[in-house]
Amino acid sequence: MQLNITTDKKYIISGIILIFFIVLIIKLFMLQIVEQSYKLSASNNVLRYIPQYPARGLIYDRKGNLIVYNQAAYDLMVVKNQVKAFDTTELAKILEIPPEQIKDGFIQIKKVKGYSPYKPSIFIKQISSKIYAVLQEKLYQFPGFEVHPRTLRSYPHKIAGHLLGYVGEVDDEIISKNPYYQLGDYIGINGLEKSYEKELRGVKGVSIYMVDVHNRIKGSYENGLYDSTAVVGKDIICGIDANLQEYGEKLMANKIGSIVAIEPKTGEVLAMVSSPSYDPELLVGRDRTTNYRLLQNDTLKPIFNRALMALYPPGSTFKIVNGLVGMQEGVVYPTTRYGCAGGYPIGRGVGCHNHPSPLSFTQAIQMSCNTYFCYVFRSIIDKPIFGSVENGFSDWKKHVESFGFGKKLGIDLPNELRGIVPSVNFYDRYFRKGGWNSLTIISLSIGQGELGTTPLQMANLAAVIANRGYYYSPHVVKEVKGTDGIDPKFTEKHYTTIDSTYFNYVVEGMDMAVNGGFGGTALIAALPKIRVCGKTGTAQNPHGADHSVFIAFAPKDDPKIAIAVYVENAGFGATWAAPIASLMIEKYLTDSIARPDLEKLMFEGKLLDRHANKK
Amino acid sequence: MQTRNSSWRGFDWITIFIYLALVFMGWLNIYAAVYSDAHSSILDFTQRYGMQLIWIVFALILALFVLLIDRRVYFVFAYLFYALAIVLLIVALLFGKVVNGAHSWLQIGSAGIQPAEFAKFATALAIAKLTNVYNFKILQPKSLLQIGFILFLPAIIILLQNDTGSAMVYAALILVLYREGLPNWIMLYFVLIVILFILVIIFSNATVLIFVFGLTMLLFAIFGNRLKEMLIYTLASTIIGIVLYYSIRYTGYSLSTTYIVLIAITIGIPVALIYAFFRRIRLIYYLSLFLIMNTAFTLSVDYIYHNVLATHQQKRINDLLGIEDDTQGWGYNVNQSKIAIGSGGFFGKGYLQGTQTKYNFVPEQSTDFIFCTVGEEWGFIGSLVVISLFLILLLRLIMIAERQREAFSRIYGYGVVSIIFFHVFVNIGMTIGLFPVIGIPLPFFSYGGSSLWAFTILLFIFIKLDSSRLG
Ligand SMILES: [Zn+2]
Repeated sequence: MQLNITTDKKYIISGIILIFFIVLIIKLFMLQIVEQSYKLSASNNVLRYIPQYPARGLIYDRKGNLIVYNQAAYDLMVVKNQVKAFDTTELAKILEIPPEQIKDGFIQIKKVKGYSPYKPSIFIKQISSKIYAVLQEKLYQFPGFEVHPRTLRSYPHKIAGHLLGYVGEVDDEIISKNPYYQLGDYIGINGLEKSYEKELRGVKGVSIYMVDVHNRIKGSYENGLYDSTAVVGKDIICGIDANLQEYGEKLMANKIGSIVAIEPKTGEVLAMVSSPSYDPELLVGRDRTTNYRLLQNDTLKPIFNRALMALYPPGSTFKIVNGLVGMQEGVVYPTTRYGCAGGYPIGRGVGCHNHPSPLSFTQAIQMSCNTYFCYVFRSIIDKPIFGSVENGFSDWKKHVESFGFGKKLGIDLPNELRGIVPSVNFYDRYFRKGGWNSLTIISLSIGQGELGTTPLQMANLAAVIANRGYYYSPHVVKEVKGTDGIDPKFTEKHYTTIDSTYFNYVVEGMDMAVNGGFGGTALIAALPKIRVCGKTGTAQNPHGADHSVFIAFAPKDDPKIAIAVYVENAGFGATWAAPIASLMIEKYLTDSIARPDLEKLMFEGKLLDRHANKK
Repeated sequence: MQTRNSSWRGFDWITIFIYLALVFMGWLNIYAAVYSDAHSSILDFTQRYGMQLIWIVFALILALFVLLIDRRVYFVFAYLFYALAIVLLIVALLFGKVVNGAHSWLQIGSAGIQPAEFAKFATALAIAKLTNVYNFKILQPKSLLQIGFILFLPAIIILLQNDTGSAMVYAALILVLYREGLPNWIMLYFVLIVILFILVIIFSNATVLIFVFGLTMLLFAIFGNRLKEMLIYTLASTIIGIVLYYSIRYTGYSLSTTYIVLIAITIGIPVALIYAFFRRIRLIYYLSLFLIMNTAFTLSVDYIYHNVLATHQQKRINDLLGIEDDTQGWGYNVNQSKIAIGSGGFFGKGYLQGTQTKYNFVPEQSTDFIFCTVGEEWGFIGSLVVISLFLILLLRLIMIAERQREAFSRIYGYGVVSIIFFHVFVNIGMTIGLFPVIGIPLPFFSYGGSSLWAFTILLFIFIKLDSSRLG
């Protein structure tokens, strides 16, 4: 019996050992064969992907002046596990930050997604070169800290903030949508930086290293077989004339409004001013968020790009369009004359100012007679062949849209608005079906009513007239270096539905308006040696003083610039918008100003208080 | 009587071969763990693999020496070895060098030794000698006291050295005692104690006490066949507990649930004992003792865990039991070790191709975590080979132990089996997250002279004893 128990025990002990070892083997089986995650963890452990950031492409103006370049900045990184006790006050002093921010920094880094105490986390972003110079010498005193070079945008002329846009760090949303971007990458957020992000950013490279547990680089992975070099971003040449842009911003100082100038032969944007503007440097680097918030909270909305996003009624400038549509539809001829006794007499009537009567087509444009275009507009809508108001209106709308109104022109900038050209449906809803006629919507004849156009569309109108009937989609970029050319959509002519011969009469009218002596509405815009053609307008503003509008192009026979100027709350087009446009044209074509008094008057004009009053 | 010379054939060459294979594989893995392009020469003595080569040569000389000595030396001087080991342990405790928080190193010239490693075979010899006495009855109080003394003395000194892992090894010698007559129920109780230990750490005191109470009641119902009395007693105790709880709350004081359970037990036991006395139920006496012992054990484990153990030890235990999941902090060691082994897959990454161990992601990779290199570079196959070698070695040693005529040799053999088994299971177990990281080496594998020599001596004394069994 006793013997039996002892032999049993031999087997029990062997059994116990066997069971324990089988447990080990099962666990190893789970770990090494069933579970896959450890293999992934292993490569994450060992491989460190260090992105190689390419320099972002530079931006030049049409004459080769640099308008955006890169400036070195440095991100201070920290590897938490390598930090040893250090003098926080000393570091704070070097970085020119309060000492508490050091302590806070260590708390903040842990909140970042993907934080690991074994990998570098951004401790302080975008240290200036000046601070970096000091820090670099003392960095050895702060083990665990390292500096990664980055680039920030810089603007030698501090102009064209709206147009250029700005660069910022990618957020979670961008990262989730586009796998190219990783935490800490920069991306163009607005303006050209956004629309040419792909060209400007270049292609990130990556160097893969093997690291040990202390994150010390042990060498390149597979001798750099899987590394890729960064491709520098492409430089961009804009159609913008930096001098003109700067001059336009100066002219618009202390005024609200917009200037858009286009080269009619190409559709290149020469200047695009939205006022009030802001210094693009404000939206660079560490202070970007703070400054952005300040700008955003400003009641004058300096961030808002009025050139593309502000909808104004076109005012009297729109008479040109109605005149052209009328001629195309054969309801008005160059010789057609209408009398005007202070206004259009039918219905509620439309008033007119004092001018000779009766007027021919050209004269009507020169003197901007409301009455004349009321007749023209009604003749189009009520043209018997259409059979109904609706058909007539639809035909008119089709013509109007061929000028680029009521649709996006397709400029290479984000956030362009399409503007408003009302539709039959709109009026059917606004009144009722059959409840409206040409008289009800008569204000369209003088560019008021339910029309909404952007300054860009108005500049495009000037370009259409300058070209006698066609336009190129306006675009900012002239050339992306290292590519075959710009987007083909910018070299495609868009013809209006109006025969080019009719444009000559309009051009004559616009010439007369500026240079025609008595009765001309825009005599102030005339230049001694250059034949400027222009048309004033006053956009009715239900909220306050009317907006001053002027469109023009010059020279008359070989147009090199087409321009639209809007000055909010500035009253008649001739008072502010026409002289500003004229100075712009003079600046662009002669590179000098022969009328210093006028220039001074415009520079010093302060119209912001009018804006304030209306509130 | 055979002479020494003729005993060469008597050596168990299978065991010796497995030993050599393990030592060689260990060295290969130390080379792989430390390997870097800068130091690739095998004989670079500034590197650990170079040093280990020296340790191995010494170990082989030691083994030869152990085999050549007269076998009677181990029997006659068993207590002397033991006494020497104890003295060295005390010296190390008092004057030793602190390595990894443990006062366990004795500096001799430029080299250091760990007496704790050598105390293992000395203790095994001492136990063998003690129980070898003719007609030794393990269950006599005097025997238990002697055994307890021999086991606890080195264990306590090692604990004082702050080397918990090495101290726990002595608990493994219960296998020897089991083989030598410790009844099954004591083994079972031992298992219960281990379970209680884990429960105390995971759950609250009160929960474990209620578990202990419930277990006692269950045993009463099963062995005493007294379900009715058990239910009445349980109900009464529960009511006492509930009444206590609410009456104390009513007075506005608060008392932890642990105390309420304790009070209920304290009231309950005398009542049960009086009942037992009148009804003459002996089982109740035993169960009362059982309940008191387990309660005391629970409370002391809780006390030790929260007031005696250092934070890092608590953390390691917590981490293993899944109470805390902190892969970058305290769980880091185990996590990195699991990543290394797990990334090895079926066939491994190939010799010297391991990235996790090579780039130091695994801590202590040439000593306590040497198995990571095996797992990463040799994969599941390699791990299986190594574990199988150890398993074959252990089963072989049991076989050898059982063929001994003398109790001394057999008992010593089981001592060798227990010690190696504990080391292998705990060491590999901790690298794959089955056991807390308590820092004990993998026999014959891990880097370090003391450990290698101590295991060599441990094993070869047994081979020597076996070789002369016929004599
Ligand atoms: Zn009139």
